[in-house]
Amino acid sequence: MKIAVCIKRVPDMETRFKIAASGTAVDAAGLKYDMSDFDGYAVETALQLNEKQGPGETVVISLGPDVVQEQLRKALSMGADRAVQLKADRVPADGLAIARALAAELQGGGYDLILFGRQAVDSANATVGPMTAELLGLPCATAVSTLEIANGRATARRDLEGAAEIVEFPLPAVVSVDEGMPRARYPSLKGIMAAKKKPLEVKPAQLGDEHITIEKLELPPERAAGRIVGEGAAAVPELVRLLHTEAKVL
Amino acid sequence: MANMFAFAESRGGALRRVAFEAVSAARALADASGSGEVHALLAGAPGIASLAPELGKYGADVVIVVEHAGLANANSEALAATAAERIRSGGYRAAIFSASAQGRDLAPRVAAKLGQSMAADVTSFGLAGDALVVTHPAYAGKVIATLRLTGSPAIVTLRPGARAAVEAPRAARVESAQPAADPGASKVVVKEMIAGGGAKLDIGDAPVIVSGGRGLKSADNFKLVEDLAAAFGNAAVGATRAVTDDGWRPHSDQIGQTGRQVSPDLYVACGISGAIQHIAGMRNSRTIVAINKDKEAPIFKVADYGIVGDVIEVLPVLTAAVKEARAKG
Amino acid sequence: MQDFFDIDSALSEEERAVRASVRQFVDERIIPVIGDCYIEGRFPKEIVPGLAELGVFGANLPEEYGCAGLNNVSYGLIMQELERGDSGIRSFASVQGALVMYPIFAFGSDEQKKHYLPKMAAGEIIGCFGLTEPDFGSNPSGMISMAKEQTDGSWVLNGAKMWITNGSQAKVAIVWAKTNGDKSDKSIRGFIVPTDTPGFTAKDQKGKLSLRASDTSELVFQDVHLPKDAILPKSGGIKSPLMCLTQARYGISWGVIGAAMACYEEALAYSTSRVMFDKPIAGFQLQQQRLAVMLTEIVKAQLVSLHLGRLKDAGKLTPQQVSLAKRNNCDIASNVAREARRLLGANGILAEYASMRHMANLESVYTYEGTHDIHTLILGQAVTGLSAFN
Repeated sequence: MKIAVCIKRVPDMETRFKIAASGTAVDAAGLKYDMSDFDGYAVETALQLNEKQGPGETVVISLGPDVVQEQLRKALSMGADRAVQLKADRVPADGLAIARALAAELQGGGYDLILFGRQAVDSANATVGPMTAELLGLPCATAVSTLEIANGRATARRDLEGAAEIVEFPLPAVVSVDEGMPRARYPSLKGIMAAKKKPLEVKPAQLGDEHITIEKLELPPERAAGRIVGEGAAAVPELVRLLHTEAKVL
Repeated sequence: MANMFAFAESRGGALRRVAFEAVSAARALADASGSGEVHALLAGAPGIASLAPELGKYGADVVIVVEHAGLANANSEALAATAAERIRSGGYRAAIFSASAQGRDLAPRVAAKLGQSMAADVTSFGLAGDALVVTHPAYAGKVIATLRLTGSPAIVTLRPGARAAVEAPRAARVESAQPAADPGASKVVVKEMIAGGGAKLDIGDAPVIVSGGRGLKSADNFKLVEDLAAAFGNAAVGATRAVTDDGWRPHSDQIGQTGRQVSPDLYVACGISGAIQHIAGMRNSRTIVAINKDKEAPIFKVADYGIVGDVIEVLPVLTAAVKEARAKG
Repeated sequence: MQDFFDIDSALSEEERAVRASVRQFVDERIIPVIGDCYIEGRFPKEIVPGLAELGVFGANLPEEYGCAGLNNVSYGLIMQELERGDSGIRSFASVQGALVMYPIFAFGSDEQKKHYLPKMAAGEIIGCFGLTEPDFGSNPSGMISMAKEQTDGSWVLNGAKMWITNGSQAKVAIVWAKTNGDKSDKSIRGFIVPTDTPGFTAKDQKGKLSLRASDTSELVFQDVHLPKDAILPKSGGIKSPLMCLTQARYGISWGVIGAAMACYEEALAYSTSRVMFDKPIAGFQLQQQRLAVMLTEIVKAQLVSLHLGRLKDAGKLTPQQVSLAKRNNCDIASNVAREARRLLGANGILAEYASMRHMANLESVYTYEGTHDIHTLILGQAVTGLSAFN
């Protein structure tokens, strides 16, 4: 199958973020970056599908400045065949602008399957995948936790709150992947060497209009310091008393 | 004065709590803009119209009812077409969906159909001139973004539980409508619905969540967590990523950055060290209790009440005490 | 840890990618289990297939033998990341790559290379390296293990080796022995010895207080019959095993930086969260002094090893330069680990924290592959022209 995977470069979420002086971005000093978790699952899903189902092509696409090439190379090291950078000086806050640029690239690409992560772990919008599907006029299943493909049809599970649905749809299609899908493999050292020789194409991103601006970013208020009620089972009566009289949740 | 649109999410012929939250949010926007109306879209299998008065209770002036056998299960393609068509023709200032699994699936498609940008997973919102200004937790909840969305209608998904539904009762007018696309022609078809286990509360709805981590040492010990949840009576069971990775619990139970984000009244973290990944999913809980043997564990930094101790010894005692407290009322 | 000196800017994108991949593996697969392994005194052999898939074994050997063909800086970064997990894991990889695969690559026949290297890169064959003997550690030239050539060209090996990492796990041992009764170190040759050969026994050394997550064994050879092609044809004299040691010491100079980094990071995180006298202990001058010294020594060690790697990649490296790096870096890493342990107060003695484990491990690393003192004498000889060995 010819599979496209759209990936995003995101900072490590373990970071203690600071807000930049502009007030509209996080302070980039000292940040470490990786591919968004779910996007890693999407790359892995594509690789496994093509490994299992015989010859295919996995193309990874990322929108942003040249630094996104680092994540594209990582996907190539994992085993993707080629990469496309949709060059933009920044990643817009407006998901529709991103979806338009991706759709312009994907349109006519002959892809059987277009994969996204459920959401980018930084901006956490979960909009670009389904928007891109709509712009391309393709069937779409979001946040799937299983995906099976046979004879040009896909079956996927979507976990809903407290329930789940099994959906079926024909390819070509757009799918965004959630927990439950395979974790990204470690790029092997041989893979890293091989990735140097794989094609990475750079094209301008066709973003179009944007209608979302970041007015400000703030750190959420710290939770007031709690207290240790006590040690071991002996502390239970006091905890229950506090939950009853102070927190009033019991 | 401007009218607002709300998508009233239902499942299995019943409205979900998030439907009321969406209607109530639209009500607040309409009231803030002057004297606008709230129009709620209620779609489902024939008979769904009977739910319309419930939406009136939370401030819907008009309930647009679309009944079709093909809408018994979620049918995103037909629903997106129908919602987009109504939003386009209705001249609304804003359209509110829930950032639920269904809303997150639906709203971006509607936005793309309308060529409108959208704000996702917002926790608060307000009209400011020609813009809708919203707050949206980003970076695993460690940063709160204030975003300015221009263009009309403004499409928004609202984080479940972020804003409680407020009653604003009125007799809603019911307007029947047809799906804007044939539900039978949808390419993505729900083959099977798998209901959650019986009366089990979803972690998104439960006022109390008892959650377990690796400190429980084995899948079997999750019984202790379930027992405590049962003792509360209104509790759901959650888990950390490490635990769902190990297969002790299903992925759908995972609370955290890559799982569900919850904000119950009470969150009891059992044997959870408090990795950032996990904190991202539960930091907005009203009261947090942590039981962990390591007193330096980061979970105690976010917990209101902590017990330092072996969770396997503490839980049975806590379960008994909670039962007793509830029996006393 | 924070790249305080922007040393990353001196690394290529590929070198950073190699480090990132191994780092992630170590964070996810080694660090969560290694504390328990250490307590249990168990090498986590379940991670070997993962390490092989990643491609760490013999990563700087050519691709034609199933290896990754990385440069030496990338190889060093791999060692650093592995030892950030535990010295025992890095030791395992050092032995497999620098002490077993390297001599086969450097001194082996084409058949030996083609047979062994791909399987060793894939982790299917684990190797060990037998040079040190019970009475000949710092002075390997004095070894008494002896191989005798038979009339048909086969060999019979007798002797014993000690402090052999991976000894009881290994399928093959590279054994260094004198030959045909010649007691001079010029007669030393290398042999590939399958460990299931009759007369070969390996016994784990018990009671270690260091490198507990690594197997250390004693090997005994009693009339071990080896075929003609067991010998490494291009090996000759004490110089051959010493060339292997130069490879391994190079990796060690990088590896111990990883252990030091882990300790520094732990100390920094602990000191900023641990409150005493109503403020984080990081706010006290004595702890800041500790952290500042640790940081400085780590940065210096990183620069030493990076430059050493560039020299090695340019083919200009001397064994004495490797001695300088091994000596310095093991020393500073030991000190960093000890200071970190102390900064952690009473908690620092628990296995839940890594510093004391690293501290204990580094005592071995300080001692093996040429003790600190021996490297001091090597440097002394290099600058004065006078040998102080005997």
